[in-house]
Amino acid sequence: MKGFRKLTWMNIKLYLREPVTTFFTLAFPPLLVVLFGAMYGNDPTPMFGGYGSMDVSMPGYTAMILGTVGLMGVPITISGYRESGVLRRFQTTPMRPVTYIVADIVANLVMTLLSMMGLVIVGWLLYRVRFEGQVIGVILAVVFCGLAMFSIGYLIAGLARGARTAQVIGMVIFYPMMFLSGVAIPLEVMPETIRRISDFLPLTYVARLLRGLWFGDAWGEHILEIVIIGCVLVVCTALAARFFRWE
Amino acid sequence: MSSVIEVRNLRKAYGTLIAVDDISFDVEEGEIFGMVGPNGAGKTTTIECIEGLRQQNGGSVKLLGMDPIEKRRTVANHIGIQLQESALPQRLRVAEALDLFASFYERRADAEELLSTLGLTEKRSSSFKKLSGGQKQRLFIALALINRPRVVFFDELTTGLDPQARRSMWDLVRQIREQGCTVFLTTHFMEEAERLCDRVLIIDRGKLVSLDTPEAMIRSLGAENRLVFTLPGNQAAPSLTDLPQVRRVEQFGERVIVYGHGERFASSVVFALEDAGVDFLDLRTEQPNLEDVFLSLTGQEMRE
Repeated sequence: MKGFRKLTWMNIKLYLREPVTTFFTLAFPPLLVVLFGAMYGNDPTPMFGGYGSMDVSMPGYTAMILGTVGLMGVPITISGYRESGVLRRFQTTPMRPVTYIVADIVANLVMTLLSMMGLVIVGWLLYRVRFEGQVIGVILAVVFCGLAMFSIGYLIAGLARGARTAQVIGMVIFYPMMFLSGVAIPLEVMPETIRRISDFLPLTYVARLLRGLWFGDAWGEHILEIVIIGCVLVVCTALAARFFRWE
Repeated sequence: MSSVIEVRNLRKAYGTLIAVDDISFDVEEGEIFGMVGPNGAGKTTTIECIEGLRQQNGGSVKLLGMDPIEKRRTVANHIGIQLQESALPQRLRVAEALDLFASFYERRADAEELLSTLGLTEKRSSSFKKLSGGQKQRLFIALALINRPRVVFFDELTTGLDPQARRSMWDLVRQIREQGCTVFLTTHFMEEAERLCDRVLIIDRGKLVSLDTPEAMIRSLGAENRLVFTLPGNQAAPSLTDLPQVRRVEQFGERVIVYGHGERFASSVVFALEDAGVDFLDLRTEQPNLEDVFLSLTGQEMRE
């Protein structure tokens, strides 16, 4: 247990010491609020069901953070550690492999929630963004969606030969998904074709679930999203466990 | 004395390549046991099978009386491992690494003491990527000792270190043994094995070639000592073959090599040279060493 705590804390510290990941996780989302807020403002519009552009961006950017951490952060770190022999060094200790993975997941969840807090604080300070859901429910949904995104990340780390490949796969999956699933730019402003493509992207369902809960929907109104995200989580976790390698 | 490591008919193949071929040996408690051989001889595969990091294809391994794979976590608690190649997260600091690794074990050594023994006290706040090769190596040794292990494994301990650092590493290994820890190491430096190890196992192409103390190996070679000197100004060498200790003499220009054996070999030659009034320079003796043992057993030079 002591090993688990130390390992989690180590992962958080290492995350914060890496300037690039720190920028993309902690600084990038608030910057988007400043940038797109300056462009679009936050006036209520019928297109977003009476909410402003920044209001609906809050759950959208939260989904984006989950994608960044899960599809970029997780595979790059894990496959990098494998390539350089860090995982092997841990493997020689009595620590259980699952302890290592869980500590890594917890650290990533902590970073995600920190990032989301920063985002909401900036959104509230600049635009008094609206939140009509339940805090606990939204956090639970973030954790649930986070686990699904991380499981994709672990799968990439297991399949990619090296850290470079993992990074490329992560980017190839993440960037189109970011623009096509409505997390960076709301789907309402997208043409019909893109909306149809978005139906096939897991991040779309993450964005829908988070946006729904954010503005007060009940969980029961989003069964489809929950089932799809749940399937991604179960399938990718099983495959990741199957393909995971320490060296 | 009891065996802490028992290896019986160990066999490991990677596809068609047989890396370790039917090797058996015991390592006794408290000894410094060395495994030597050229790169690719099967040293790392053997050590990793013993550590439980690799599953052998045949034979058995007992470490501290247990199967190292079946009882991985129990065994891992009592051993220390320095891998030939590994790393830590680039931005992890020295003291943090020791603190983290200590938390994985039931028994813990004093981290501050380890840092000072290994000369890392001043580097305690440095991140891993800022350390030199030698400092990284010393940090890995500190990590291998953090659980006060009963057996410690060093795979290519001094590769990449300069000669001075290598010697201080040898002193350190002796210190570790003084504290009652059994040391199992691999090296491709014959000199290291000869100076440091109580017993040496020579391995070549996956097969055990010889297993004994370095002294016994050299003695069993029955090799001659050599006395080498130069005779300036093309002086003729005096007849030395009359001496009972001398077997033969070779002269190449100014350089003379005298082959012989026996206790008073060197001094008898020197006296004979003095008597003959010959001016000789650069006199030195050459004894057979493990390098010669390897050459005679395998018919090949150690490849670097």
